[in-house]
Amino acid sequence: MTTSINARKVLSDNGALGGLLVLVVALSVLAPSFLSTQNLLNVGVQAAVVAVLAFGSTFVIVSGGIDLSVGSVAALSAMVGAWSSTEAGLPGPLALLLGLATGVVAGLVNGALVSYGRLPAFIATLAMLSVARGLTLVVSQGTPLATPDVVSELGSNLTPFLPVPLLVMLVFFGLTAFVLTRTYQGRAMYVIGGNEEAARLSGIDVRKQKLVIYALSGLFAAVAGMLLAGRLASAGPQAAVGYELDAIAAVVIGGASLSGGVGRASGTLIGALVLAVLRNGLNQLQVSPFWQQVVIGVVIALAVLLDTLRRRSTR
Amino acid sequence: MDFPRKVAVAALSASALALTAACGSGATGSGGDVTIGLAVSTLNNPYFVELKQGAEEAAAELGVKLTVVDAQNDATNQVNQVQTFATQGLKAIIINPVDSKQATPAAKAAENAGIPLVAVDRSVDEGKVVSEVASDNVQGGSLAAIELGRATSGEVVHLQGIPGASASRDRGRGFEQGLNSGGIKVVASQPADFDRAKGLDVMTNLLQANASIKGVFADNDEMALGAIKALGDKAGTQVQVVGFDGTPDGLKAVEDGTMTATIAQQPKVLGRKAVEQAVKAAKGEAVQQVVDVEVKVVTKKNLAEFKK
Repeated sequence: MTTSINARKVLSDNGALGGLLVLVVALSVLAPSFLSTQNLLNVGVQAAVVAVLAFGSTFVIVSGGIDLSVGSVAALSAMVGAWSSTEAGLPGPLALLLGLATGVVAGLVNGALVSYGRLPAFIATLAMLSVARGLTLVVSQGTPLATPDVVSELGSNLTPFLPVPLLVMLVFFGLTAFVLTRTYQGRAMYVIGGNEEAARLSGIDVRKQKLVIYALSGLFAAVAGMLLAGRLASAGPQAAVGYELDAIAAVVIGGASLSGGVGRASGTLIGALVLAVLRNGLNQLQVSPFWQQVVIGVVIALAVLLDTLRRRSTR
Repeated sequence: MDFPRKVAVAALSASALALTAACGSGATGSGGDVTIGLAVSTLNNPYFVELKQGAEEAAAELGVKLTVVDAQNDATNQVNQVQTFATQGLKAIIINPVDSKQATPAAKAAENAGIPLVAVDRSVDEGKVVSEVASDNVQGGSLAAIELGRATSGEVVHLQGIPGASASRDRGRGFEQGLNSGGIKVVASQPADFDRAKGLDVMTNLLQANASIKGVFADNDEMALGAIKALGDKAGTQVQVVGFDGTPDGLKAVEDGTMTATIAQQPKVLGRKAVEQAVKAAKGEAVQQVVDVEVKVVTKKNLAEFKK
């Protein structure tokens, strides 16, 4: 009895979880190899990059903003890391730190443009999308660069059943949940997203908080970039193109509102898993390439629709 | 009151202009009165970066100026760029179409301005082109199928490029044509958008459903390298991987034995020959209508020819 109530509560708290379960059940029936341990681990690994990007975007979206630059910033951070070690000969850990710092700096620039420059977040981060991608090309001269070992290990396995990307994703999930629910910054994000003017009047330094929010998003993007590069043992100039849209989709599938004030780490994790499960399943079912994008789009729309309907019925 | 802001705006726009000028001069070669434009489909791909380098080298040797623009794989963007070229008094334009079927308006713009147009790497389906410098993607695809059939037999998968892109269409078609020669059978064809990370994910997923795969053909080296990552120790031993393009990383994988073969397109030669033809056209000399830059199968045996 209590378990059924609990299950119901979990489902009604997380509309996207229902969608994910439907997908998993459907794919288990249609593709016999889907439900193997190895494949489920694969899905986790494949979700990791988008999930970490999306965790960063969750902060931004909860506070009523948007960050379109995360894909480019991920690529730039990884490229700076790879370049520092391969071309400039710095030790791996230092190169990794430089790469992560690149993400933070890009985020701070976004935050400064939004809060002090009063640019709409859409425009400021759109500009950064272009600048960061361009700088990636400048640094790389258009060719992929090898990553230092410390980055490559991010893409490997600790034990056969413990892939590092999966671990990193779970750590950042915990971190995101902690920031959102247990810190002043996290609560400030919800207040700013709910009503920016009220946040300012209640004494929150909105400008400073926005700097923190976009810097976090930049840092998370840099981590995602390192994961992606680690999996390939190389940083590519064209890596993570369009990933910002996957990140936003994951956040929104997870039940966050693009108008701010609503969103949770668990929702975003589920959103990223929905996208990864879908891509994995479409490959295993060998759906025609022309139809795959249609299916992905329809599922995104359905997932969010399901969530909206659920909210309306529980109100 | 408003003065400081105006000054700030003026200073900003001046610095933006200066930056543009600085970047612009970076894209042009040195010397000469003849200026040629090169409209590249994308510089977000090592292959086209090499094509550009070949073109720049040839331009420097021949003493002509070369202006390079990048369409970032957007066909509309490219038409705008070529139209801009047509108003700049260039003596010849080289286009590397984003898509063969969508380059017609660009060709029209050049024709209306009376500027000779050279197509490189991909053709222009309709429009006046004085010279076409290209490798045969269809033939390359067939060569890949034959090479894969020679290296292995049994079930293979095909990693496709961006659905609908001309290189995916042509290479895929060639691959299918070449299949009947060997003992291989395609059990899965899935898109990985010419991207290394997607190649890794798609290959991992396909392995789950088809554990007995003996071979992989990828429409480009980037996806092949992703597939090799997914295969791990199996690459080059139990599973033979054939890529396409002959990029530096691809050649390195052939050297390491993880990639069985790649179909080398010699992008530098393409860029070089395109500039040579464009200069001839600019000077009013006779040009070669079709310049066929051979595609070659690169294996460990003949690797030395391609390594630079």
